[in-house]
Formats: sequence, C-alpha cells, structure tokens
Amino acid sequence: MIWLNVIIQGILLGGFYALFACGLSLMFGVLKVINLAHGDMAVVAAYVAVFLTPHLHIPELWSFLVVVPIFGVIGYIGQRTLIQKSIDRDPFTTLLVTFGLSVVIENLLLEAYTANGQTVTIGTLITKSWHPTSIIYISYLSLMVLAVAVGVLALLQLFLSRTGTGRLIRAVADDREAAQLSGANYRHIFGIAAAIACATVALAGIAYGMMTQFEPTSGGVNLLFAFEAVVIGGIGSLWGTLVGGIALGVAQQFGAHFNPQYQVLAGNVLFLLVLAVRPQGLFGKRTALA
Amino acid sequence: MSDTQLEVRGLTVHHGQLRAIDDVSFSLAHGEVLAMIGANGAGKSTLLRTLAGLHQPTSGTIEFAGVDIAPLRPHRRVDLGISLVPEGRRLFSSMTLEENLQVGAFHANKGPFNIQRVYELFDWMPDRRKQHVWQLSGGEQQAVAIGRALVANPKVLLLDELSLGLAPIIIERIYSLVPEIVSHGVSILIVEQDVAQGVAVADRVHCLLEGKTSLTGVPADLTSDQIDRAYFGADLAHVAPPSEVGG
Repeated sequence: MIWLNVIIQGILLGGFYALFACGLSLMFGVLKVINLAHGDMAVVAAYVAVFLTPHLHIPELWSFLVVVPIFGVIGYIGQRTLIQKSIDRDPFTTLLVTFGLSVVIENLLLEAYTANGQTVTIGTLITKSWHPTSIIYISYLSLMVLAVAVGVLALLQLFLSRTGTGRLIRAVADDREAAQLSGANYRHIFGIAAAIACATVALAGIAYGMMTQFEPTSGGVNLLFAFEAVVIGGIGSLWGTLVGGIALGVAQQFGAHFNPQYQVLAGNVLFLLVLAVRPQGLFGKRTALA
Repeated sequence: MSDTQLEVRGLTVHHGQLRAIDDVSFSLAHGEVLAMIGANGAGKSTLLRTLAGLHQPTSGTIEFAGVDIAPLRPHRRVDLGISLVPEGRRLFSSMTLEENLQVGAFHANKGPFNIQRVYELFDWMPDRRKQHVWQLSGGEQQAVAIGRALVANPKVLLLDELSLGLAPIIIERIYSLVPEIVSHGVSILIVEQDVAQGVAVADRVHCLLEGKTSLTGVPADLTSDQIDRAYFGADLAHVAPPSEVGG
C-alpha cells in the first residue's frame, strides 16, 4: 500500500512535469529551438498572477484566464521578432539568446520583487485532499494539475491532427522547405507554435506557484525536469511527454521514499538510463536523432 | 508575348563562391512543357529552387504573368501559382498520404485540381490514403509529391528529377500524366538527367552546362549528337584517350 501511494504521488507530480514540458517539446519539435528561458517564463507567469491580476479583481485561482492569453500574444510577437532573428543567423544563436533572456528575466524579477518566496494563493483548496485509505492521500490541487496536463495534451493533439493549421505545424516540423513549397508561411507557423508553447508555459507557471513557493530563480530547476521529461518520453511525441513526466515523477517519489535527498538523484538516474538504453526516448522515433 | 507565363532574364545564382547559374534566360508559354536537361551539377535543381523562391538570385529577373517575383518568399509564389515538386520528393514523413495532400490543399488556389481529382488520377490512392507515406514505394511517394503540388492548382508546375531512383516502367507511368496536366493550361518545367525521358515529353528543350545555356530548341530539330555535346560539353565521338587529355 505504501508503494501504491508512492506511485500515485509520482503520477500526480508527473502531471505537473508534463504540463511544464509540453511547451518545451513543442518549441524544440517545431522550431528546433531549445528555449533556455522556458523555466523563467513560467516563473514570470506566476509573478504576474500574484502581483498584477489582483489589480483586475480576479481571484488568483482564476488568474490564468488573463495570463494565458497574454503569454500567447507575447509568444507570437517574441517569435516573430527576437527568436526568428536568431534562427535566421544560426541554431547556436538561439541558445545564446534564450540563455540571455533567462538571465535578464531572473534579474529583473529580483529587482522588482526581491528574492522573497511567493505563492499563488488559492485559499483552502491547497489543503484539501481525498483519502481513499489511511495511507493514500490525493491532493485536489495535484489532481487538478494532472487533469489540466492531460486536457492540454489532448487538445493539442487534436489541434495538430485535425485542423489545417495544426497540420501545417506538423508539416513545418517535418520539413520546413517542403512546407513552404506547399504554401505555408513558416515564420507565421513558428509564431503560432511559439504562442501555444508560451500559453502552456503560463499555465504551468501558475500551477507551480499554487503548488509550492517560488522565487525569481526557480525557473532553472524546473527547466531541468522539463528537459528530462521530454528526453525520457521522446522528442516530438506529446503523449511521450506525459509518460516521460510521469516516469520522472514516479522515479523521484521512489527516491524520496528512501531518503528525501534522493528525490532529484533518482530522477536523474532514470534520465541517464533512458539516454543510455533508448536515446530516442520511450516514444521517440530513431530518425529524430539524425 | 501575352502568351508568356514565366519569363526569366539574365538569371545568375551563386552558391557561396560558386556561380551555379550563369546568365540564363528563357520563357515558358501557357500550357507549354519545357525540359531543362543537363549533367549532374549543371545547375538545373538550383534553377528550379530559385524559381520556387528557395534561393535568391544574384542578378536577373523572374517575371510571372508580367510581375517580377524575385523578392517574394516561396509561400507567396505558391499563392501566385508556382509549385515545385522537389528533388527527393520531400513528403511530410510523420503524416499519412491524405494528410500530405491536405497540407498542399490548405493554401490552394481555385482551379481544376483537388484531392478528389488527384485520387482519380492515381486510382490506387483512395484505398491507401490512411497509410503513412513511409509505407509507400518510391514511385508511389513520387505520385503523392506530384499530387501535393497539383492540389494547390499551380499555373506553372516545376518538376525536379522525377525519375530519380525509380524503375523505368514507373517513370513512364508518371510521365504519362504530363499531357493530362497540361490540358488544364498548366505550364510545366521539367528538370531531368534522363535526357530521353525529358526530350520525349517536352515541347522545347533547354540544355544547361556548368550553369550556362548550351543548347535550346525544339526536340524534332535537334540531333542526338547535338544534345550529347550540349549535355557533356564535349564531342563524345572524338574524346581523346586519358593519356592525351590536357596534353
């Protein structure tokens, strides 16, 4: 029963990792851009939820209704200006630019809001949970985050496979030149993909702020976990990202069960094992490595 | 010259330092088939990619229906009516046959071709439309690539090395579609290494040698000797043995 609880907690945690990672996966899969500012953008979303949306008299729980669309717009504009300019130079420039963005964001947040920890206040919801047995407890908030993650991935999957624009995104990811020859303005498609990625980042950031305390530098470690989830699941596979996130979450909970210090270590060990045994990830295609 | 669909004047294209296309001029009339032939590295593919907007010319003009399209990006040229079937087919590998056609149809112009029409041209397609394209043979993939370009309803269709890696019988079957496509008023520019195939379907032939025009004309007026010389840059019948070359 104890193990069952460990697994359940791991799955719940994995839902959050998957939500965090799907934007990263999309940016890499479509734009071939590794966004090193991914974690910091999530933290910005959490700060916006804490400090700015109260001015609009919106409860912090519902702040995502405002923050997510704003981040979508920021994603599109950021892609069409800064990121596209760096893609046009060469792939390594995008690494430098997003790394620079990460540094700038962290320091601006420090300057504006100090290093004090913050949380997105959601009232009594944070303490509510469901106890099916005396050992197993399921936090409502974690369950909600997992549900949001599954919902976001399902919607994204549906969008990519069923709509014309979604198909164009996949076409650009498969072969940018051939997509242009089919009439796709790849810069615009990149912008749409970046907008979606940023919107999911905002959701993940607000969820993070609800689940735990955050500070300006919280983005880095979450970026690492998101990377691990994407690599474990396999690049370019949305459901792989969910499975990767859950596998990472379960591994971390197993580690933490033996000793809280082993939580991150166990996740890293799983990540390295997957890299060694199945470098394309659990659901990835071997061709993705080429 | 109101009949001219595409007019290329003094086109020069560089690949870095290399002058891949050197001062090439030609025109393409409505419903005309022009075969661009030449050996490996003669610049044929570069020429087609430049017309499609994937390369920027160093100098020269490309007029489509009287408008200079040189500054336009590839997707804008598709909107105007120029579609390229690229060398190596370049299908969207994560997608099914039908999805590949749907991508081509998403920004389509009005015209005679749609996915249904392509399914009629290739009657094996409807049964296999849900298959992933990597499950198709080379010839079938080539057919999908042609279909993907056709559904956009181009006025000028650029075909790059259709025959590459395909069996002769398949090549013949694919080229047998050319008259059907042309009957809808589409102009076709074919690039071929397989000279016989290119000459057989073309109204006119344009031969490139190291980026320069080496021969132009109507197939009926050209002897195979003329074509050989334009293609290889030497009179094969009189090539000296290796020991005397450069002597």
